Amino acid sequence: MDQLSPQVAELPRIMSERTIRISAEDVNIYYGEKHAIKNLSVNIPDKAVSAFIGPSGCGKSTFLRAINRMNDTIPNCRLTGDVKLDGKSIYDKDVDVVQLRSHVGMVFQKPNPFPKSIFENVAYGPRIHGLTKNKTDLEGMVVASLKKAGLFEEVKDRLHQSGTGLSGGQQQRLCIARAIAVNPEVILMDEPCSALDPIATARIEELIDELRQNYCIIIVTHSMQQAARVSQLTAFFHLGILVETGDTDEMFTSPKDKRTQDYITGRFG
Amino acid sequence: MTDTLLKDDKIFLAKRYSAERRFKFYGGAALAITTAFLLFLLLDICRKGIPAFIEHHVNLPVLIDSTKVDASDPASGDFEGIVKAALRAQFPDVTDRVEKKKLVGILSQSASSDLRRAVINNPKLIGQTITSSLLLSDNADLYLKGAEGDEKIASLDTLRSKNMIESRFAWRFFTNGDSREPEQAGILGALIGSLLTVAIALSLGLPLGVAAAVYLEQFARKNGWTDLIEVNINNLAAVPSIIFGLLGLAIFLNVFGLPRSAPLVGGLVLALLVLPTIIIAARAALRAVPPSIKEAALGVGASQQQAVLHHVLPLALPGILTGAILGLARAFGETAPLLMIGMVAFIADVPHGFTDAATVLPVQVFLWSDLPEIAFQSKTAAAIMVLIVVLFALNAIAIYLRRKFERRW
Repeated sequence: MDQLSPQVAELPRIMSERTIRISAEDVNIYYGEKHAIKNLSVNIPDKAVSAFIGPSGCGKSTFLRAINRMNDTIPNCRLTGDVKLDGKSIYDKDVDVVQLRSHVGMVFQKPNPFPKSIFENVAYGPRIHGLTKNKTDLEGMVVASLKKAGLFEEVKDRLHQSGTGLSGGQQQRLCIARAIAVNPEVILMDEPCSALDPIATARIEELIDELRQNYCIIIVTHSMQQAARVSQLTAFFHLGILVETGDTDEMFTSPKDKRTQDYITGRFG
Repeated sequence: MTDTLLKDDKIFLAKRYSAERRFKFYGGAALAITTAFLLFLLLDICRKGIPAFIEHHVNLPVLIDSTKVDASDPASGDFEGIVKAALRAQFPDVTDRVEKKKLVGILSQSASSDLRRAVINNPKLIGQTITSSLLLSDNADLYLKGAEGDEKIASLDTLRSKNMIESRFAWRFFTNGDSREPEQAGILGALIGSLLTVAIALSLGLPLGVAAAVYLEQFARKNGWTDLIEVNINNLAAVPSIIFGLLGLAIFLNVFGLPRSAPLVGGLVLALLVLPTIIIAARAALRAVPPSIKEAALGVGASQQQAVLHHVLPLALPGILTGAILGLARAFGETAPLLMIGMVAFIADVPHGFTDAATVLPVQVFLWSDLPEIAFQSKTAAAIMVLIVVLFALNAIAIYLRRKFERRW
């Protein structure tokens, strides 16, 4: 049992420097009969990047999607335990999932801009949440979001052209701008660079590094180098179990668990 | 060693290539046979149908005898007598009673009523001799078109040699309702009936079908009930159409007491008939929208309904429209269920509303094909041509819409 739910003896250093934004307590997730996440407990710090790493099918994306309840859309998906955002359980009956998702934004694996104009892509969120009072307000918000996502300079002359006409990396930054536009506190990123070339990846990583000043960011990644480059906290998942959580620099130099060591040295996965 | 290998290779390769050639040949042959059948069918219909678009008239000097027509009431005048007299005047040597009767038989009944209309419109004609163009009867028309008759019609030959026969495009075919007389029968009534019926079918079937598809695809929980519904919708698409007619007869006519032969009831029945088609097409179109688009919308906090209405449905619309138009084409060509609800009656009037008695194009084809007059054979083929043109047009619209709104990503 000890191996299944490791007791973290000493808290990661980052936790003492930051407030806890998200905490999961004894989370189990099932897809029908399949037990995808087993007894997971973890704390995620604010204003930092936390990386979830692990081999394919280990449940890291599943857990990520539990944080903004995207798993609700999957039939047969069941969750026990609790996930808290700022101490408030997000699975409580009085929590509105639509409102939750405006606080916890998400960026997906494949860039998925709406087949509409760049402006419309970013404006969609604020519009449905009624965040802006008038057109000027909305335009300001779109421009600000595009600027924060580092895309504005490249697209300022073609805001009303289709978002699907951009390059892969630009599309992904557009998706980040779209997520930022609704003023979330948390941004979940599900392998945001897996469909991108190295240059576009570097650009996104820079962006993630800038964004962590203001947001709690969780990124799922297959690339350990990426985790090492962008994150402060790393969590290693294996077969539905959270094996180890720790400060990124320590995790990659002196992992405590044998499985973590095997994974980061490339012995499996 | 290498030589033997190469040799083996060559034999093996040759076999593979000849198999490929054979396969291509089979495919090509299948295509050729299908095309040949289709062409044969179309050419045969056109060959039979095109003569129906031509009608023959005889241009005669006609005296509008003031003793036969009263200027104060031209409508009740004896125009039949006037027309007959005009024709007889051309053949003074025909005196035998039987021969006389045969002679006036070359004129259509429509000849006198056309003249009546002309005189009512212009009463000044009474007492004058005018050159009037009189419609010939179906048998005379067939004779002039070169049909192999049993006997020669000498009077027509004489008129032709005097250059008094004129052939024209038969607008009548598009402006008249059905008639017992082939030369007067037209498809306007059936065409309007078809349009009214299909309008009802589509305005009911499309919203219902799309709503059902959206609910099943995007909102319904996947469980035993939705599975059952899905299986039944698929089964419904395969139910013989006449069953829907029986259903319409039992429910719409007998229970609700709606009028017989009405486009309203026909439309209701056809709506039921095309519902499964529309639902299946719409569900396929909805499923073809990448789930990432919906996830993106949900991810920025759109509700399920907003995600569907703002993103999924607009993207699925071209596919839904294509399905709807294919369903519409099916409704347009459907005959059997409409027979059950009485749209098979002989109706000479062009319908003016959804509850007027009416028939539809395919039923008109069915009716005409059953009639003994030879002239109706080509009318039947001509009606089929109109039906095919309308269906081609519908399919062309479907393709155009799909091309226009299709989005690639």
